Amino acid sequence: MILFDHVSKTYPSQNRPALDDVSLEIEKGEFVFLVGPSGSGKSTFLRLVLREEHPNSGTVWVLGKDLNRLSNWKIPTLRRQIGTVFQDFRLLPNKSVFENVAFALEVIGKPRSHIRKVVPEVLEVVGLEDKMERRPDELSGGEQQRVAIARAFVNRPMLLIADEPTGNLDPNTSIGIMKLLDRINRLGTTVIMSTHDSQIVDQMRRRVIELETGHVVRDQSRGVYGYAR
Amino acid sequence: MRASFVSSEVGAGLRRNLTMTFAVVITVAVSLALFGVSLLVRAQVTTMQDFWYDKVEVSIFLCARGSDAPSCASGAVTAAQRDQIRADLESLRPLVEEVYYESKTEAFERFREQFANSPIVENVTEEALPESFRVKLADPTQYDVVASAFAGRPGIEQVNDQRKVLDQFFRLLNGLQAIALLIAIVMLVVTVLLIVNTMRVAAFSRRRETGIMRLVGASNFYIQLPFLLEAAVAAALGAGLAIISLVAVKSFVIDGVLAPSFQFTAFVGWDAVLAIAPILLLTGIALASLAAFFTLRKYLRV
Repeated sequence: MILFDHVSKTYPSQNRPALDDVSLEIEKGEFVFLVGPSGSGKSTFLRLVLREEHPNSGTVWVLGKDLNRLSNWKIPTLRRQIGTVFQDFRLLPNKSVFENVAFALEVIGKPRSHIRKVVPEVLEVVGLEDKMERRPDELSGGEQQRVAIARAFVNRPMLLIADEPTGNLDPNTSIGIMKLLDRINRLGTTVIMSTHDSQIVDQMRRRVIELETGHVVRDQSRGVYGYAR
Repeated sequence: MRASFVSSEVGAGLRRNLTMTFAVVITVAVSLALFGVSLLVRAQVTTMQDFWYDKVEVSIFLCARGSDAPSCASGAVTAAQRDQIRADLESLRPLVEEVYYESKTEAFERFREQFANSPIVENVTEEALPESFRVKLADPTQYDVVASAFAGRPGIEQVNDQRKVLDQFFRLLNGLQAIALLIAIVMLVVTVLLIVNTMRVAAFSRRRETGIMRLVGASNFYIQLPFLLEAAVAAALGAGLAIISLVAVKSFVIDGVLAPSFQFTAFVGWDAVLAIAPILLLTGIALASLAAFFTLRKYLRV
């Protein structure tokens, strides 16, 4: 599903590499936590998977594609198979819940009949079927994140990337979001989630990859949070 | 591709940035109007050249008694000289299309007609006017051939090309056209810069939408299309205004003022306006789309 082969990435304005010779593999159907302090390279890792950045050396394979050799015009096709969720939700404030999810389908040219069918379905999965006409500012943080997850999942992607999805949420709401991500994972989607939330990692008991200053310092299946020292 | 989705995005984009849209429309209109006027002046020059070059002739004035040109040292032109000149002119066919001899009497008649209301007529006698050959050339630009063959020959006082007088006038018009074109080009550059800036602002104010579009895998084309169409629509509106002002120039300035006051010459017809209008429209749309395209490539990259 994802393979990093001796990947290094240094941003032009910095001396220290954000990722330094990282090699790891993530299998289809896995649920992976990406942990580590700020600046350890979690976001860079995710940006490389989305091909928002190029590695300076090494090869990134995603969904069977060597991203170094993927031409620019094929990037959209890759991203259609990857759902993304962020800490700040990234919803459009002037669109309703339904429209926000539908937007993701409209801009990749899906027909209206298809949109009318699948958007209510996915909103039911995230438990917002009765709030379709609400605006984001009328929803709680947890509900907004559910809309973002619905938008990420509406295309039934092979891979879901969640960049600190519970970072802005209180613990109880976070548990609800985790249950939702777990459910999506059980439906067959690989989930990679970066987080600072030790409680969640400890409760879920899934694979944990810990990064520190650009190196993988720990890779445990059924791991817990807590920096290895 | 969902047309309704794209068109609603374009409409929303134009409204959101109304002042900038307005500025783009106005600059496009002004620069294209100037561009159109300069093209119209060029068409006018062509029309006048066609009209006048058809009528101009080379005049070969023959020596009269008392001419002080060196070639007239031996006095007035003789009948033999006159016949020889006529024969030489005839031998220059087909360059020489027509030769017409104007006698002193005819010259005097014409002079009296031209200056009918002037007291100068009373001071001019038939004898004072030179006889001449009026030569019409098949190709008026070949004047030098005639001039070099006849100028300075005994019995010929002067070879005159009416075209030279006209050419001064055409040079003036061409100069005006060049100035209009220059201003138009400067304005078009300003327009391009304005469109570049407008697109930058538009891309920035919609970075949320475009960011989401990128993440969910919308193609570059789909992301950029609303912006490109916005630029094109604004440019088309501007070009429309420019065409309207061109029509106004044709019907009010040319047909309304110039043509009635200068009846001796021809003016551009509606066919010229009809030919220029699509050029303006295409120039406007192409320029705006290209400017937008290259700006967006920078600000909306994958």
